[in-house]
Amino acid sequence: MATMKTTAAAPVRGRSLWDDALIRLKRNRAATLSLGFLVAMALACIIGPLLTGHGYDQVYRSYVKVGPSLTPYPRAETVAPAARRALRRARVEVGEDIVIGDGIVRIPVSSEGELDQRIVRYIDRGDIFSGARLEDLAADGRSAVIVADIEQLTFLFGTDATGRDLLTRTLIAGRISMTIGLLATVVAIVIGVTYGSLSGYLGGRADLLMMRIVDVLYSLPFIFFVILLVVFFGRNFVLMFIAVGAVEWLDMARIVRGQTLTLKRQEFVQAAEALGVENIGILRRHIIPNLTGPVVIYMTLLVPKVILLESFLSFLGLGVQEPMTSWGVLISEGARDIEGNPTMLLFPALFLTSTLFALNFIGDGLRDALDPKDR
Amino acid sequence: MLGYVLRRLFTAIPTLFFIVTGAFFLIRVAPGGPFNLERPLEAKVMENLNKIYHLDKPLWEQYLYYLGNLMRGDFGPSFVYRDFSVSELFASGLPVSVQIGASALVLALVFGTLLGVAAALRQNQPADYGVVGLATLGITIPTFVIAPLLSLVFGVWLGWLPAGGWGDGAFANKVLPVVTLALPQIAVVTRLTRGAMIEAMRSHHIRTARAYGLKPWTVVVVHALRSAILPVVSYAGPAAAALLTGSVVVETIFGIPGIGRYFVQAALNRDYTLVMGTVIVIAIFIIIFNLVVDLLYALIDPRVRLG
Repeated sequence: MATMKTTAAAPVRGRSLWDDALIRLKRNRAATLSLGFLVAMALACIIGPLLTGHGYDQVYRSYVKVGPSLTPYPRAETVAPAARRALRRARVEVGEDIVIGDGIVRIPVSSEGELDQRIVRYIDRGDIFSGARLEDLAADGRSAVIVADIEQLTFLFGTDATGRDLLTRTLIAGRISMTIGLLATVVAIVIGVTYGSLSGYLGGRADLLMMRIVDVLYSLPFIFFVILLVVFFGRNFVLMFIAVGAVEWLDMARIVRGQTLTLKRQEFVQAAEALGVENIGILRRHIIPNLTGPVVIYMTLLVPKVILLESFLSFLGLGVQEPMTSWGVLISEGARDIEGNPTMLLFPALFLTSTLFALNFIGDGLRDALDPKDR
Repeated sequence: MLGYVLRRLFTAIPTLFFIVTGAFFLIRVAPGGPFNLERPLEAKVMENLNKIYHLDKPLWEQYLYYLGNLMRGDFGPSFVYRDFSVSELFASGLPVSVQIGASALVLALVFGTLLGVAAALRQNQPADYGVVGLATLGITIPTFVIAPLLSLVFGVWLGWLPAGGWGDGAFANKVLPVVTLALPQIAVVTRLTRGAMIEAMRSHHIRTARAYGLKPWTVVVVHALRSAILPVVSYAGPAAAALLTGSVVVETIFGIPGIGRYFVQAALNRDYTLVMGTVIVIAIFIIIFNLVVDLLYALIDPRVRLG
């Protein structure tokens, strides 16, 4: 009696296929590490641009193509020449001893005539100084000291060819690249699963016809489609990637069709048919849920493929347009000037590659976890 | 066998026809034309140009005209590279692309298979992890990152090889492009071979071969590799078609006069005849290599019947 009660109170819950897969996935260290990395990367790309202190399209004319560094710009030795350069057009004599200290610069100036108060604007114009003012004005008004605050700016990854902070741009680019990857993949999955499962389940002549269409689409060069899409949709990248997703579904349709062909001979599908369930009902209730494994695996492998495709298009100049950016755009900009400043290529390339690397490992891990053959 | 090949080539004709038709109307539907330049041409000049290139006729007439020329093996004149016919452009570019692509393919197959087998025989050992990691890296680093990096390191910093240019096909000029093209392919072939090899080594016929006391070398190369090579063969078909028809990225970065560049440029400039020509060439390569794959399959796997 007592034993029966305990079994009734705590019914033994069987381990489903998904529980099994989850356990196996957790055991795969490469996959879990990659998953963690990917989450960190996504968070960095979402939150990061708010924390860098630079806008992704903010141009610093005084800092074009500066190298990456942990210490803030400007360097002490560049302040004095920068001040002289700024004052060159002010038609004043700049004294020898420019004093720098405590984030403030003191520039002695003198002039033949009376000093114009407005010369401080020359100092303020660049990105190096701010709040410039005239102090210690001599009685005759011909000499004074310009006091200005030195703007401390940190460019962890350096800046690009127009003087924008590369870290911010890399993170913003990550947002775009990942969004595009997900968006196109979802479109491809939806079309591919519907088409493939329908084709496989209907079978016969419908299947033959539907698969011939896929074959013909296959042999048209892919890049041809993409370029046509660019031509049609202009450079509207959201529309374009919905369209790219609409092209990428071919593989998915084939995989799903193959799976459906095996599934539909299973007893539970026959049972449902015998019970008089409609085609749509069987597809929705029995076929598509059983396709989840291969679809999930294919999805994790499709996301990097689309990101790579986007980068490739951007590399050709067909992708995301300025001032928005993506990893592909940054890489192509970096590749153009690789001899002068290799870091402009290295950082975006590192971000792109590590993300793709992580996605690939997750895909492999999922395949190992969900593949029943491996047990 | 010969009958099979002929039948396959015969069935390729309707496929090609569909591709030609599809591509023709797709590129024509796209807005803009080959002579829509930034600064518009004079109306009279435009009219004459359209007349010369038969663009003033209705679309279906142009289509029939193009098909008729195609039957006679004439791809027509290029719209953007004036003074050149599409056939001439291919005659000069295709050998270059095929040379680079074929070298990359051979490199990829040799190194990929070797690495894959080596990794599979040491499954779950450090060497295996090393190879798998490198292969994943090879797949994930895009060619447009590898190409400038190689060019920077070997061309600029070390100065061993020319950073770009064709140099009339000098060997030194080919090294970097071939390596760039081959690296991702090596990675894919390695992964495919490793996976298939691991499965093959676990199969019954290998156990039997081992039990007979055959030399490890015979077991691996003669028996296991034969079944493990099948996925590589089916991958290599489409890959070969893609490699031999040239790569936009590699040809652009290294400045190689192949046909890979034409496609993107032609489609963007609405160079209708050149686009069509490229589509047809690529489709023919795909069809031929699919056929080769099927023949090789039958050769390697006696269970496969051609029919």
